[in-house]
Amino acid sequence: MARVETRQLTKQFGEGIAAVDGIDLVTADGEFLVLLGPSGCGKTTLLRMIGGLEQPTSGDILIGDQLVNHLPPRARQIAMVFQSYALYPHMSVYNNISFPLKAAKLNKAEQAQKVQWASSILGIDMLLDRKPRQLSGGQRQRVALARALVREPNVFLLDEPLSNLDAQRRASARDELQVFQHEIGTTTIYVTHDQVEAMGLGDRIAVINQGQVRQLGTPHDIYEDPADTFVATFVGSPPMNLVDDGTDLIGFRPEAIELVDQPEGYDSSSWLRLGLGDVREEYLGSEKLIYGEIEGTRVVARVAAHLSLPVAEGGSVPIAIGRSSLRLFDRESGLRRRPERPHVTSIAAEEAPA
Amino acid sequence: MSAPPVTEGRYMLDRERVLGPLFLLPAVVYILALVGFPLVLAVMYSFSNVTVGDPRIDEFVGLDNFRAIWDDRVFRGALRNTIVFTLISQVAVLILANLLALVLSADFHGKRLVRFLVLLPWTTPVALGVLGWFWMLDSVYSPIDWLLREAGLLGPDTPLGPARNMYWLAKTTLAQSAVIIVHIWRTLPLATVILLAGLTAIPQDIRDAADIDGAGFWRQLIYIRLPLLIPIMAVAMLFSIVFTFTDLTISLVLTRGGPVNDTQVLASWAYFKGIQGGDLAQGAAIALFLLPVMIAIAIAMLRLARRSGAEERD
Amino acid sequence: MATTSKASGSKGPGGYKTKRVFGRIALYFGATFFAMFAALPFLWMVLTMFKADSDLYEPNNNPFLYNDPPTLANLDLLWNDTSYRTFLLNTLIVAVSVVVITVIAVVPAAYSLTRLAGRWGESLGILIFLVYLVPPTLLFIPLTGVVADVGLQNSKWSMVLVYPTFTIPFCTWLLMGFFRGVPWDIEEQAMIDGYSRIGAIWRTVIPVSLPGILTVVIFSFTLTLHEFVYSLAFVQSTEEKTVSVGVFTELIRGDVYFWQALMAAAALVAFPVALLYNYFLDRFIAGFTLGAVKG
Repeated sequence: MARVETRQLTKQFGEGIAAVDGIDLVTADGEFLVLLGPSGCGKTTLLRMIGGLEQPTSGDILIGDQLVNHLPPRARQIAMVFQSYALYPHMSVYNNISFPLKAAKLNKAEQAQKVQWASSILGIDMLLDRKPRQLSGGQRQRVALARALVREPNVFLLDEPLSNLDAQRRASARDELQVFQHEIGTTTIYVTHDQVEAMGLGDRIAVINQGQVRQLGTPHDIYEDPADTFVATFVGSPPMNLVDDGTDLIGFRPEAIELVDQPEGYDSSSWLRLGLGDVREEYLGSEKLIYGEIEGTRVVARVAAHLSLPVAEGGSVPIAIGRSSLRLFDRESGLRRRPERPHVTSIAAEEAPA
Repeated sequence: MSAPPVTEGRYMLDRERVLGPLFLLPAVVYILALVGFPLVLAVMYSFSNVTVGDPRIDEFVGLDNFRAIWDDRVFRGALRNTIVFTLISQVAVLILANLLALVLSADFHGKRLVRFLVLLPWTTPVALGVLGWFWMLDSVYSPIDWLLREAGLLGPDTPLGPARNMYWLAKTTLAQSAVIIVHIWRTLPLATVILLAGLTAIPQDIRDAADIDGAGFWRQLIYIRLPLLIPIMAVAMLFSIVFTFTDLTISLVLTRGGPVNDTQVLASWAYFKGIQGGDLAQGAAIALFLLPVMIAIAIAMLRLARRSGAEERD
Repeated sequence: MATTSKASGSKGPGGYKTKRVFGRIALYFGATFFAMFAALPFLWMVLTMFKADSDLYEPNNNPFLYNDPPTLANLDLLWNDTSYRTFLLNTLIVAVSVVVITVIAVVPAAYSLTRLAGRWGESLGILIFLVYLVPPTLLFIPLTGVVADVGLQNSKWSMVLVYPTFTIPFCTWLLMGFFRGVPWDIEEQAMIDGYSRIGAIWRTVIPVSLPGILTVVIFSFTLTLHEFVYSLAFVQSTEEKTVSVGVFTELIRGDVYFWQALMAAAALVAFPVALLYNYFLDRFIAGFTLGAVKG
């Protein structure tokens, strides 16, 4: 069990572009930390530096309070699972899993015992004689995890291990992975671009863009209390609506929008009442998305599936947004403005229809 | 506070900076010591008076060796032969390789056998293959002569002369033609194989588009395939030229330099003078005449490599 | 090819058919012509091998038939009365030694250029390959001096010393082509799993690249057997000669060629080498095409 810490960690490839730009990060012991961001944001480079596969340009990495910059991967007490699982094609599953134990010079009996232990936790003990090419995607993933587990490392590093699975498999794999990590309790750093995965798995999420951590917090914090427009729009699907009112960017989630059927239920101290123009609805089965326009900006509302629009497509409907759901962002920097402006009366001069 | 650079001796061999050059060392040492160094030596030899008996470079004689070989009629003949043989044979190879590549890119019965046979001249050791020609063109027992005799073209009162044999390897023009033909025979497979690789690399969609556009076989050939093949043709020809221009084996094994040195080429004459004759200095000087063409070819290939690399980066 | 599948864009069904048939005939004619041209000397070699003296040395006999019954006497002569076995043995010793040296030098070099050298790797690889094109006929004179200086003149070990100068450049390029197809994540995984870089290479990259390494072995073997110039220049004694040179210089008694034995000597080596080279040529082309041809 160990904490992982990075101090001003930077990686520069060539001139100009820093893939990782001075990142400070501290994990808690045993936590499941997700590095979330779009492709090319630097999250994988960050993970590889922690693992020792890339040398940082500057900055420090500490694992278990020990400076590890100069140590090669094998000396860092870590295990890593690649997106491709990197199973050794010429070895059986058993030999794949026992591979790190051979490196650690354990004797045959010890190896067998640990392989048995790891493979039964992952539920693959009947596959030990097979070769990787005979396994399904999900099975390969579990072999990779068993191989990582068997070393009993201080830290797990996982690089998008679920992205090679098909969609159905992914949800159950996520569940299994979480159970697995809670049972084992090892500090885990997990890289993904899928915000659903991040929200579902992480104890905390580090949202990364262009080599910098935009926000580090629990899923709840990230979702309800985003630090800037990038975090606000990256997490949540459909993304947070942002409307420019001349002073700030006003943000509100699709589910924060309510269709007003009885105006009395929405008093203006708690609700911001607006008109949503040029509406179009999308029936998704579990919910309905309503697209419309506020002050020239296209927004999305998420409502219950059984609700229907009182007007035809292209028309306008009255809506209300809870004031506590509003988030304000600075127009230039995108950073969150706190405290919120005490009393936003409207976004435009437009009042809701009476 | 930034971490100190990797200095722990234990992990020295993990550093890419150390491992990379270390891995290259054996190959590079070999090349520098046994290719680079001899190249330099060759130049030095040509300006000295080394012999097989006394291979120490102790005296420099300026341009004496070059003057000596230039005055030699045989050398000038060898130089001329090298150029002429290469030119004629390679033009023929260029045309024939294109035809053969076309043939081999199609499917037909017995294709595998044909491919094996066609590649034989290249895949066999040169000296052994040429021995076959040597026997086939023998002055007394050539089966070709026999065929010609049976056809009434050879022998007394025939168009090809009163003799009962052609004396392929004993008459100047015939011997030179024979050498040229054997050169074609030997490098054709190499050029063809390279061209074939290029042909199969032409994407299928281009061919399909041409078919839909109504282009017939010849039209496709001339306007689409040939232009796309030009870079690979250049590569094939460059390889082929290298092997022909610098060849020693064919002239030696087939004709031993020809009737009265008429089929000597630079390489074989260098051998006669330098090794058999023992005059390493002159031999080196003769062989140096290979260098300009080699350098030109190397430059051409580097240009081609760079160009195809640059195109890929688009 | 257009002639076989799609017709030459002509108008009516009748025009289609004749063009196809015509093209087909041309194809077979071409294939036969080229095959004959290439194989003729070899066919002649094989035919001669079994001919009895009485048949061979009669100029009026039809050379394409066995006018007297075919005989194995020539092979017997070759095997027992000449130094052919010595040549074969020498060739084998030289070839195996050269293969070992080549593999030891080439595998790390190709790895380094593909994996550790970044942008320079490709260019250096091409440069090394070009060394292959430096003609032996340019280097053989100074190399004769060098060989004498190290005391290896007239010995088969002179060839073992010098042959890697062309097998290494050629095979480095060859192996680079194969290495490009190796998935590098298993190497990184092995380093994570507890091995040093060299340990990881040995346990993951090498096993996965065995086909490529085998191709290197085969090509350095066949390139050794093809070589003629250096062995001609370096070696004079019969006991040290290899096959290519030995067959050329030694199978003569006085001024008399033992033709059948000579042809047998040539054929016995020529065909196996050709078969081996042919079989592995396809693999080489795959690697070659990756580099040189823009598809």
